[in-house]
Amino acid sequence: MADIQTLNTVAAGIDPVADRMSGPQGARPRRALSRRNIFLYGTLILVAAYYLVPLYVMIVTSLKGMPEIRLGNIFSPPVEITFEPWVKAWATACTGLNCDGLSRGFWNSVQITVPSVIFSIAVASVNGYALANWRFKGADTFFTILIVGAFIPYQVMIYPIVILLREIGLYGSLWGLVIVHSIFGMPILTLLFRNYFSSVPEELFKAARVDGAGFWRIYFVIMLPMALPIFVVAIILQITGIWNDFLFGVIYTKPDTYPMTVQLNNIVNSVQGVKEYNVNMAATILTGLVPLAVYFVSGKLFVRGIAAGAVKG
Amino acid sequence: MTSVSIRDLSLKFGALEVLKSLSIDIEDGEFLVLLGPSGCGKSTLLNCIAGLLDISGGQIFIKGRNVTWEEPKDRGIGMVFQSYALYPQMTVKGNLSFGLKTAKVPKDEIARRIARAAEVLQIEPLLERKPAQLSGGQRQRVAIGRALVRDVDVFLFDEPLSNLDAKLRAELRVEIKRLHHRLKNTMIYVTHDQIEALTLADRIAIMRNGIIQQLASPYEIYNRPVNLYVAGFMGSPGMNFLEGEFAPHGAAELSFGATKVPLDRYPFVSDERPSRVIFGIRPEHVTCGPASASEPFSTEVEIEVVEPMGADTLVWAILDGKEFRFRVDGQSEMREGDRVRIGFDPARASIFDAATELRL
Repeated sequence: MADIQTLNTVAAGIDPVADRMSGPQGARPRRALSRRNIFLYGTLILVAAYYLVPLYVMIVTSLKGMPEIRLGNIFSPPVEITFEPWVKAWATACTGLNCDGLSRGFWNSVQITVPSVIFSIAVASVNGYALANWRFKGADTFFTILIVGAFIPYQVMIYPIVILLREIGLYGSLWGLVIVHSIFGMPILTLLFRNYFSSVPEELFKAARVDGAGFWRIYFVIMLPMALPIFVVAIILQITGIWNDFLFGVIYTKPDTYPMTVQLNNIVNSVQGVKEYNVNMAATILTGLVPLAVYFVSGKLFVRGIAAGAVKG
Repeated sequence: MTSVSIRDLSLKFGALEVLKSLSIDIEDGEFLVLLGPSGCGKSTLLNCIAGLLDISGGQIFIKGRNVTWEEPKDRGIGMVFQSYALYPQMTVKGNLSFGLKTAKVPKDEIARRIARAAEVLQIEPLLERKPAQLSGGQRQRVAIGRALVRDVDVFLFDEPLSNLDAKLRAELRVEIKRLHHRLKNTMIYVTHDQIEALTLADRIAIMRNGIIQQLASPYEIYNRPVNLYVAGFMGSPGMNFLEGEFAPHGAAELSFGATKVPLDRYPFVSDERPSRVIFGIRPEHVTCGPASASEPFSTEVEIEVVEPMGADTLVWAILDGKEFRFRVDGQSEMREGDRVRIGFDPARASIFDAATELRL
């Protein structure tokens, strides 16, 4: 029956659909230089430049010597690269009576940030877990009060806290500042954790209760391992927030225990002598390095955690 | 001997009464299904039995022990949830052993119980996997295993098959039935799927608005519903309901419009003869064609819509100006507009008082 073969071939030749098939087919071609792309990338480049140009200026200035800076070409790259300003900013710049640069402030900031972050997150995560899963009597009232706390301006509470710290003998010490940071981080962190734990299926919690687990066992064995993304978010929020804090640092500590930000301010805003722009720039970058590093390391986790907490509230 | 006994249980959320003075006695080894539409309180009742919800009134006994105020873990129950509720960061083995470790069961005993549960549920190859690496059916099996290893008297199932696709659901349904035959534990099973209820249950409790409408065997519930609600809820497609009234000279006949149905074979459970009644007949109890001639009642109807469903065909017709559905063999040829003869035996019907909605 070779005829069928022939017939099929002939039929294909006069196929009424054939000329329609020669039209558009498959994936639609996309032009690289469409109006949409130009607009999109143009905006992105503009916004990126807005943020990157100051950073560029800071870096090049910090690498120049003072004679070169006096020429006034702030955008030109350094002719002669020098790390002198960085060394000076870190080790020998003077703030008041101390002439050991930012290093002192750096270690103070570390000593403030680490315990504050650990303590505030430890307490807030348990708070959030209790509020989300153990609907105790008055939980809603407690939560409302806590959230209202987030909206009261800090300035209102500065003086009462000064008195409070003085009374318990912690005024001017690093631990006093740790307590202040922990308390002020509580509302937002509790909200964050409560929302995250609310999004964990209730049945999981019920299953653990049927299995005989109590408050702490459910928290440590079931909830904690599931909450890693939100812990990363909380850690980033707290590290950057506490590291960048200036107000509490300047109020609740003494010159010996000033955090890095306060010291930076004292270096940059000193009115005596020549303004050493290169040292100022280096000092500023040094101070910003920690939050910057945190963002670079955990950027992906941060976005994931924010999204995870946002789905259900 | 009763395994679970619930006495006058009530539950209120503020002013809202979710369960109203509810009492059930469940025999040892019985498979009880709580069936009802969503929001009827069936899952809530199960949570109360499990101890996950504090009740407002009444008592709960399990194995003759008053557990009303006991913690879930002390009640001798195991629970299986709709969403599986497996601990995501633990392996299957970790999931199975979590409760036992919490209860400080010795290690070799834990290993023995896991081995047995894994053997019963055929999940031995999965023990080292995480829940995310399992299919829905496997997950549900692990969830059942978690209840199994606890060596409890009573199993509670909260819509365990609702998240599975239809085919898997049918497979696991049989497996749960097999499991019940093998373990002979008391099982309380919540579902909104009437096929699951009919196939699994020793007894079904049909609930509505926190009240048990009827508690009886699947046969009873299907064939002799106690009220209009149960009659309408059970069966898919649902029962045909026709409004009618008794013949004036006695009760041997019921009439709706021009149609008269003889009732001399209907098993009345009540002596009441209200003026308005509702007559219900299931689509599958209607015969069609020549066979209908031998039925005590037969009439001719016009076909409006035909719905072929493979094994059988559902026919929508008009009887006395009302919609009337009946089921015929899938092979029979039916066309819209045809006139066919149908008949049924009134003894298989249900008659309800139109005012009280109770069975007569």
